[in-house]
Amino acid sequence: MDTTLSVDSTEHGHGPAKGLGRWFFTTNHKDIGTLYLWFSLLMFLTGGCMALMIRAELFQPGLQLVQPEFFNQMTTMHGLIMVFGAVMPAFVGLANWMIPIMVGAPDMALPRMNNWSFWILPFAFSLMLSTLFMEGGGPNFGWTFYAPLSTTYAPPSVTFFIFAVHMMGFSSIMGAINIIATILNMRAPGMTMMKLPLFVWTWLITAFLLIAVMPVLAGVVTMMLMDIHFGTSFFNAAGGGDPVLFQHVFWFFGHPEVYIMILPAFGIVSEIIPTFARKKLFGYASMVYATSSIALLSFLVWAHHMFTVGLPLAGELFFMYATMLIAVPTGVKVFNWVATMFHGSMTFETPMLFALAFVVLFTIGGFSGLMLAIAPADFQYHDTYFVVAHFHYVLVPGAIFSIMAGAYYWLPKWTGHMLNERLGKAHFWLSFIGVNVTFFPMHFLGLAGMPRRIPDYALQFADFNAVASVGAFIFGLSQLLFVYNIISCIRGGERATDQVWEGSHGLEWTLPSPAPYHTFTQPPVIK
Amino acid sequence: MSSAAYYVPNQSRWPILASIALFLMAVGAGSLINDMSAEKSGGVGVWSLLLGALCMMAILFGWFRNVINESMSGLYNEQMDRSYRWGMSWFIFSELMFFAAFFGTLFYVRNLAVPWLGGEGEKGVSNMLWEGFQAQWPLMTTPDMEAFPGPQQVIDPWHLPLINTILLVSSSFTVTVAHKALKMGERSRIVLWLAITVLLGAAFLVFQAYEYIEAYHDLGLTLHAGVYGATFFILTGFHGLHVTLGSVMLIIMWLRVLRGHFDADNHFAFEAVNWYWHFVDVVWVGLFLFVYII
Repeated sequence: MDTTLSVDSTEHGHGPAKGLGRWFFTTNHKDIGTLYLWFSLLMFLTGGCMALMIRAELFQPGLQLVQPEFFNQMTTMHGLIMVFGAVMPAFVGLANWMIPIMVGAPDMALPRMNNWSFWILPFAFSLMLSTLFMEGGGPNFGWTFYAPLSTTYAPPSVTFFIFAVHMMGFSSIMGAINIIATILNMRAPGMTMMKLPLFVWTWLITAFLLIAVMPVLAGVVTMMLMDIHFGTSFFNAAGGGDPVLFQHVFWFFGHPEVYIMILPAFGIVSEIIPTFARKKLFGYASMVYATSSIALLSFLVWAHHMFTVGLPLAGELFFMYATMLIAVPTGVKVFNWVATMFHGSMTFETPMLFALAFVVLFTIGGFSGLMLAIAPADFQYHDTYFVVAHFHYVLVPGAIFSIMAGAYYWLPKWTGHMLNERLGKAHFWLSFIGVNVTFFPMHFLGLAGMPRRIPDYALQFADFNAVASVGAFIFGLSQLLFVYNIISCIRGGERATDQVWEGSHGLEWTLPSPAPYHTFTQPPVIK
Repeated sequence: MSSAAYYVPNQSRWPILASIALFLMAVGAGSLINDMSAEKSGGVGVWSLLLGALCMMAILFGWFRNVINESMSGLYNEQMDRSYRWGMSWFIFSELMFFAAFFGTLFYVRNLAVPWLGGEGEKGVSNMLWEGFQAQWPLMTTPDMEAFPGPQQVIDPWHLPLINTILLVSSSFTVTVAHKALKMGERSRIVLWLAITVLLGAAFLVFQAYEYIEAYHDLGLTLHAGVYGATFFILTGFHGLHVTLGSVMLIIMWLRVLRGHFDADNHFAFEAVNWYWHFVDVVWVGLFLFVYII
């Protein structure tokens, strides 16, 4: 170490750096948020193409377009990419953009680590996607990668899949640490915890979940690696291990992971509904407590994903009742949103439409979840399209609609231009119809016994599958409107005011639109 | 700690370089391991792994040098200090959860999976897979002794592991003494007690390596020796890696003290390493109890 100081320059008067270097080397939370959001959009479209390939194959019974081996790779990759590449980075992107502004901070707490959290992702996903071109094909064991499919019977590329998961884990943990440090340490004077916008609260709890469970995911893939290459027998009963152990450890990560993908969505919707109902959020404190209880309960319900593997009866009962308990805080949230709208002066701009659809359709997903939580009934639904319908209802019109709502809500603040409202509404209605046409029939398919993750099916399932496939293409293609709308909003459009929406409240709406490159270098005073 | 405003660093090239290095390491390790399992040689995996690891070390060196220089030139205020404290605490929490996954595995296998395989309780029907298999722990006879020959013997906790426990627990005390000395500004004492801590850590690692050699050569306790060996090595192995990392960090702190870094009020890096060392110690106590003794 030499004694001369080689610190990074500390001037802050200027805007962003010129050229590509701005994006590679940036420490600015808005730049990094933008990077996350673009990356997530790209992954959303990639994973979406895979979904369309799946739906095209399932349009008719029989094998038309792809081989079963490739079909399996598509279902696996579609899941992994949507979960780790589209939904999670989108929420982190929104967190990066909005949390420092919402709490009145100059930036994220640890800006260089923030850049690292993002830039790991493109490399991790390149590695993951490259497995599709390797000898033996890519991962083909489903996004839950159950052993022994993912160990004894896995293609060699699973090794790279494991390391890609490790990289994503680093990224998520560092991102979550940054968000927690920002929220706990960077709030402007007077911004007490119970004044935090709900989006910030939900992210605080999400970040805690991420730090708690991403290491467990790292642990389980490490055990896979050991079993495959180093002769251990964690998941092999011949050596005294247990394949079911894999599922326990995976779902101990996996269930909190599900809430990682929905809690920030709750936060976004809780920002948008008060704005367009022109009323304060009903039951702010109960929202905070409900979010915390959901997060804590999420550690106690993992085995409801495994009711049919042969758990002892006491286990079945415990996990069934614990799971049902989650409906209580979730119900509190839904009632609070409805009560916020009650007697409000509502208008229905695009973000509000998406938020409303979220409330209705997420609730449908919640109810089918409740059905699945009933252990004796789950024996019937397990591994059928009913499960596919359930988690797509909570993830697509749930998580993804909330992300789109958030994007439409905050884009004027980011770009300084209002959106094309007509195009936005067209996007909404096409997506709304597309989603329901795709996923609603899957409930019936599942109840009738169609198993998930198969490229071919019995003839009696043909009609609903054809309908679902048509819906999928409507939904998929309508996302091009979303992309077009975003790009045209960046390039121009009606000037946005500082407040943007008539009923909006909060620090972000006191800033000019577009938000300046550096905001709150001097902390604002919160009354 | 002088500046009033929160220090927001300008552009930095370290993070993206670190991402590239991490990528090289992942690709390298993946190819190397796959080649090993396929019994192929001459792959480029090992070179990619080495290159990535070397780059990563250089990058971390440069990145930390940046941070240290910023800190020493007084750019950080108290709020910045708190950010680092939160960061380190949550990082240690994430490490704790990493070990929790393996401890959970151990408890599950020991208390549920193996007894079930042996025919016990509600799920004892799985005994039909290997009839006559007797559940026991440590698992000396695995269900399939050909595929996973169980160990002839396991490590006696009252020899090397006991010594290692004493070494590591005392190192937790010595590092605290060093910290106290730092707070009182007695540099020669810091240097001494920190050196003792590093030596205790190194001695621990030497004994641990010796124990592994013994396990492989004399006891038949290997990675292949069924699930007892698997849980034993994954828990002690990752702990050993963490002790190694902790020792490297302690050595860096020692060098920084020699260079005159830190004063009584401003020494969070030292404290962070201190925390980390205590964490490694706590995990060891858990290991000693649940892996070796019980």
